[in-house]
Amino acid sequence: MSTTTTKDHPHLAADFNRDEPRVNWHDETLWWVRAKRDIAAHKLPEWELLRETASQIKFNVLSNLSTYLEQFEANATKNGIIVHWAADAAEHNQIVHSLLEQRGITKMVKSKSMLTEECHLNDYLKDHGIDVIDSDLGERIVQLANEPPSHIVLPCIHKKKEEIGDIFHEHLGSAKGESDPKILTETARQHLREVFLTRRAALTGVNFAVAETGEFVICTNEGNADMGAHLAEIHIASMGIEKLIPERKHLGVFLRLLTRSATGQPITTYSSHFSKPQDGSEIHIIIVDNGRSIQLGREEFRNSLKCIRCGACMNTCPVYRKSGGHSYHTAVAGPIGSILAPNLDMKKYADLPFASTLCGSCSNVCPVKIDIHDQLYKWRQVIVKEGYSPKAKTMAMKAMALTLASPTLYRMGGKTGRLVFKYAPFAVNNKLNPWYNQREMPKAPDESFGEWYAKRKGAKNS
Amino acid sequence: MSREKILAAVKFNQPAALPLPDMEVLNTLTDVRTDLVSKYKTIATAGGSFVYEVNGFDEIKAIINNEFKPGVKIISALDELSDYIYAETVKHEDGHNFADVELTVLRTKLGVAENGALWLTEKDMGSRVLPFIAQHLAVVIGKDNFVPTMAQAYQVIGAADYGYGAFISGPSKTADIEQSLVIGAHGPRSLSVFILS
Ligand code: SF4
Repeated sequence: MSTTTTKDHPHLAADFNRDEPRVNWHDETLWWVRAKRDIAAHKLPEWELLRETASQIKFNVLSNLSTYLEQFEANATKNGIIVHWAADAAEHNQIVHSLLEQRGITKMVKSKSMLTEECHLNDYLKDHGIDVIDSDLGERIVQLANEPPSHIVLPCIHKKKEEIGDIFHEHLGSAKGESDPKILTETARQHLREVFLTRRAALTGVNFAVAETGEFVICTNEGNADMGAHLAEIHIASMGIEKLIPERKHLGVFLRLLTRSATGQPITTYSSHFSKPQDGSEIHIIIVDNGRSIQLGREEFRNSLKCIRCGACMNTCPVYRKSGGHSYHTAVAGPIGSILAPNLDMKKYADLPFASTLCGSCSNVCPVKIDIHDQLYKWRQVIVKEGYSPKAKTMAMKAMALTLASPTLYRMGGKTGRLVFKYAPFAVNNKLNPWYNQREMPKAPDESFGEWYAKRKGAKNS
Repeated sequence: MSREKILAAVKFNQPAALPLPDMEVLNTLTDVRTDLVSKYKTIATAGGSFVYEVNGFDEIKAIINNEFKPGVKIISALDELSDYIYAETVKHEDGHNFADVELTVLRTKLGVAENGALWLTEKDMGSRVLPFIAQHLAVVIGKDNFVPTMAQAYQVIGAADYGYGAFISGPSKTADIEQSLVIGAHGPRSLSVFILS
């Protein structure tokens, strides 16, 4: 399921762009979700106050994170939850595996967790002979299709219902050609109910963990996290260190923002608070760093850790909507993913901060007020300075730097450019010029601003 | 070992302490003129729930009898609905035993008008899996048990001690296939809410 690819965002986006009607459909679907977010937000007069409050709570969390982590650990332990710590993805996966191995469990049911995607847990467990079934419908679909999710909230938003019908026909025995979402969902319900009733281990993600009480909250619409966790003898919850919030009452702020920002719903169907294990079963929580503490130390990118994974920045992003989630070749796609990924591997993800128009729409919708587009801009500077800039951009940038450094070259370049535009537009409007992809080149003016200004000055003086 | 390493790295990299914001405004920001029951009704109905305003338990029984075939397995956590299997007496049973439950009826004292959510703790549920595994779910709530927003809901919950609690706002649903809303994903196919006057 991992995205092992050597292609970068422009090339992967170009692959996605080959099917124009599908691009338009993808674009429109996500914009529709974004529009629902606007309607929901506008219904609350206190929306901006909520965002500001959430943002301040998260700043407080990041500035006291070590204390909150210890407080959470102490309270969770007191509640009978077993706490583990994982420095990186490898350690996280090993902990999960050893918990299952100790109990002789070879089958697990999982509810949605982008952290386990980030850690490539499914692949790791598969290699160790453990069968994992994803229980969120969207995740199950992409799992059967042998693909990673393309969106953090809407994992199979890139798939048409006919394709899903084919997948279900092949794997779950639904009728050939069946593409009615109702019937397909019912097929999945029957299949997964069997899974829930037979798995001894369940793994879930964590939306919020409360330092004050040692409880953690999981939000789903399907109820799959609960079906898995309540029927299993061991419930493993994986959480990034940044998921903490200080007090229970702060949940009120975040639960009001999360789904309104994500899909426009006033709240998820289920917001489940796990505080203690139920009789006869165990809860384990794995607190994962995997590069987050490094990001915390990068002053300019630290704010990205405030993210509550609502997906609003993706739904609104003109680049994401037209290039598809898979073009980001990282677990968390879109604007926020493009900030988080280079922290993990600057070379591998050097292309992502450039996959943005910097229009600022992401920052405008973010419920915790992350300065997303500013951070993307800052990453570009860091990446160029560190020498990791994307290849196609490097050549053009070098030529540009040279030109901008010399007034003579600049004037010459401008003149040549205008002449080329005028007399040989085919030299610009072709595939060799990456800027021409999906764009009409502008008409060139007859004279440059410099020439016009000089003439005007001359006219005035005479 | 990783624990110490992570905590040390976090401590070293975290910025100077910033204060928590004042929550008072949000806690008190309430439109007092709003009729909470009718607001709840509108939102919950939009979210796919069936809401009934009833005068007593006889009415609830009548509705249940009308909606469900005689003989199906119904578990109730309410003393007033004693014709059914009593949740208290089966709460220690293995959750897998509830796979054939048709309807679970629970009671709560907290509902949220702004989003249609009902707060239920493990104590209200009997067994944690009951509100999820049943084919249908019904919840009984008093008409004075509604608060305007989540801010007030957490004020009511306060420092309560629970092993498990959940806000439930409707039937189990999904929109993962081309964003078409389908009711009845893994959990109950319907949520009926009885508001007792
Ligand atoms: S960065 Fe903001 S908008 Fe994007 S997913 Fe995170 S919280 Fe949502």
